[in-house]
Amino acid sequence: MFYREAGDFKTSYTADNQTFPIRFDRYRYYIVLAIGAGIIPFVITDYWASAILIPFVIYAIAAIGLNILTGYCGQVSLGTGGFMAVGAYTSYKLMTAFPGLDMITITLLSGAMTAMVGLAFGLPSLRIKGFYLAVATLAAQFFLVWVFNKVPWFYNYSASGQINAPERLILGQAVTGPNAEAWAKYLFCLLFLFVLAWVARNLTRGAMGRQWMAIRDMDIAAEIIGVNPLKAKLSAFAVSSFYVGISGALLFTVYLGAVEVGEAYGIQKSFLVLFMIIIGGLGSIFGSFAGAAFMVLLPVALKVLLVDTMGWDTALATHFQFVIVGFLIMFFLIVEPHGLARLWALMKEKLRLWPFPH
Amino acid sequence: MKKLLTTVAAGAMLATPAFADLMFPDLSYRTGPFAAGGIPFSDGYQDYFTLLNQRDGGIGGVPVRVVECETAYNTERGVECYEATKGDGALVYQPLSTGITYQLIPRATADGIPLHTMGYGRTSAVNGEIFSHVFNYPANYWDAASVMINVLLEENGGSLEGKTITLLYHNSAYGREPIRTLETLAAQHGFTLTQIAVDSPGQEQGNQWLQIRRERPDYVLFWGWGVMNQVAIQEAINIRYPLENFIGNWWAGADHDVASAGEAAAGYRALNMNRLGDMPVFAEIQQHVIDAGLAAGDGTNLGSVLYTRGMYAAMLAAEAARTAQEIHGVGDITPAMMRDGMEALVMTNARMEELGMPGVGPEFAVSCADHGGTGQAIMTQWNGTEWVTLTDFISPDDSVTGPLVLEDSAAYAAEAGIEARTCPAS
Repeated sequence: MFYREAGDFKTSYTADNQTFPIRFDRYRYYIVLAIGAGIIPFVITDYWASAILIPFVIYAIAAIGLNILTGYCGQVSLGTGGFMAVGAYTSYKLMTAFPGLDMITITLLSGAMTAMVGLAFGLPSLRIKGFYLAVATLAAQFFLVWVFNKVPWFYNYSASGQINAPERLILGQAVTGPNAEAWAKYLFCLLFLFVLAWVARNLTRGAMGRQWMAIRDMDIAAEIIGVNPLKAKLSAFAVSSFYVGISGALLFTVYLGAVEVGEAYGIQKSFLVLFMIIIGGLGSIFGSFAGAAFMVLLPVALKVLLVDTMGWDTALATHFQFVIVGFLIMFFLIVEPHGLARLWALMKEKLRLWPFPH
Repeated sequence: MKKLLTTVAAGAMLATPAFADLMFPDLSYRTGPFAAGGIPFSDGYQDYFTLLNQRDGGIGGVPVRVVECETAYNTERGVECYEATKGDGALVYQPLSTGITYQLIPRATADGIPLHTMGYGRTSAVNGEIFSHVFNYPANYWDAASVMINVLLEENGGSLEGKTITLLYHNSAYGREPIRTLETLAAQHGFTLTQIAVDSPGQEQGNQWLQIRRERPDYVLFWGWGVMNQVAIQEAINIRYPLENFIGNWWAGADHDVASAGEAAAGYRALNMNRLGDMPVFAEIQQHVIDAGLAAGDGTNLGSVLYTRGMYAAMLAAEAARTAQEIHGVGDITPAMMRDGMEALVMTNARMEELGMPGVGPEFAVSCADHGGTGQAIMTQWNGTEWVTLTDFISPDDSVTGPLVLEDSAAYAAEAGIEARTCPAS
């Protein structure tokens, strides 16, 4: 009934291969896009921007990045927080050293720098995999945070070791610093998310994505059919780090504005992004969005529900939240390892057949 | 997801109440590795406002409303709390976290809401010409470092020449704050300063104490918070470091920090920015708040070190609000008026006595140029069962901290593009 395929004819390979082959689905995508870019910026408030929308957009970028590496290429990484820190500190150094540079260039360069660092830490993946690789990337996490704490050059020798994002404009509109308007910050991040998600979607269903997935499913078989593991693994590390670096840069420049590396980019961040892709769905771009939305919304929703509406004690509500998140992770790992994305796909399948289930 | 969004939206609408009261947000943390310090502080902060409501009907006849928001000492949660409460008429923010303070300084300044970071946060916010909306009276970290060295100077006959002093600090903005002052003081007084960092939250300090055991510094100055304090004190006992020479700052000298070690920790010293001991106000809180079942916590923290400090913070906020009401002649003040009140705040011994807390803090007066108070602190010591006060309020060496404040605030102004205000000469 919904998702009707009848009459939706494909007459070319291009039409048959599009991301949203069903017309209804395609229109829904356009509508979401129109609301996201055309309506939300006009109604956004400071609270919605800084509590929900901007973190969602930024974490969605990080989740896509980690999903490329872990979900598509099968290389487990616990170094996400450290790579985000590389993006943030690159942005900081560029912003303070070249005040004239525009924010888009700075953010892209931060991604590029993180890609290079990610490439270096991806080298062990050629020899080790699974748990052992997870430990190697964990080392990256601790090493990077330690470096940014240890070397004063990275934080411009400031007394407290904090880095602060100075105000920078795009087309005369501040996007960083305290005077930036909520809608400008939101649109700036959304622009990156849109382009990066588009690129990721097309990368993962092209030749490169097929190589990644072949490596993920069975690396020896992939090698036999002609996939170069060196190229496939390292490209996954580079692309993934690029995404993660951009999200780390945006988290610092646009969202937080002042950052302390151990606190903002600690191991907690790595776990948070990992939980996002587990709950959202490994190996799915939509899953990255769903997971990020879920993990950003859940604490806020629980706070509003338990504390503001039901008048619970704040500490009790916070402890309760740990229980819920832990339970959900177990639930998804046991019941639906492919996460929210799989639930969404199942629902679509059911709606396509409705009202005739057989 | 849609349902979740609807719930959030519905909740956000429900949570917007009417004005006509004085709203003080309490960014507390009752969970996580720093909860041991966050709970008593928040209890004291809220209970004092409850007392004012119950006994006096609020401040200047206007009732006080405290909105609590859990940050778990996490900056992102802190920002969320700030954004969630600022539109509600929040008069002043006390984040009780140096990390969150750094986040909020530019935001709060842009929004015109004052920030009171009592004894923590960005030290150079003392300079009111640059930090128009940030206050850190009555004392700050650089004062604390200077007071500690002054105490040591007095104990060593005025000279620390050739001594070795180790700074053991929480590896964050909070812990790094005193480094610059101590380096300057080391050059001035000829002692050797070594720095040992402990990564947050600080449950693991084996390596650091191995180094201390090897080097045996004459003194260890300690900048810790939360679970890190208990661990450090236990480690000091384990390596038999003389506890009299192990001195914490005012966030490392609360009851729960030493309680687990108990008798063994006797001799450990810590600074305090406010006085300890029994005060008439506690009896009133017991009567009007705790016995009435209105306490923020379970009431067992009454009179503890951090409870007293939370209450002191609430008292300073209430006094500033009262000052603001007098200046502007209205009861229902705005954040902008609150800022004026904080800038005109004068704390005298007579007033503190009147409030039932004689000598709880040093006498000081805030001015347009000086948002920092006198910077005086007392030295306290754990005798195995309770904290005892060793000294009267000791002054820091302003000739050391003053130039550092000017230098750091000028650097901030240049970085953030702020024009300094010109304050009338006082």
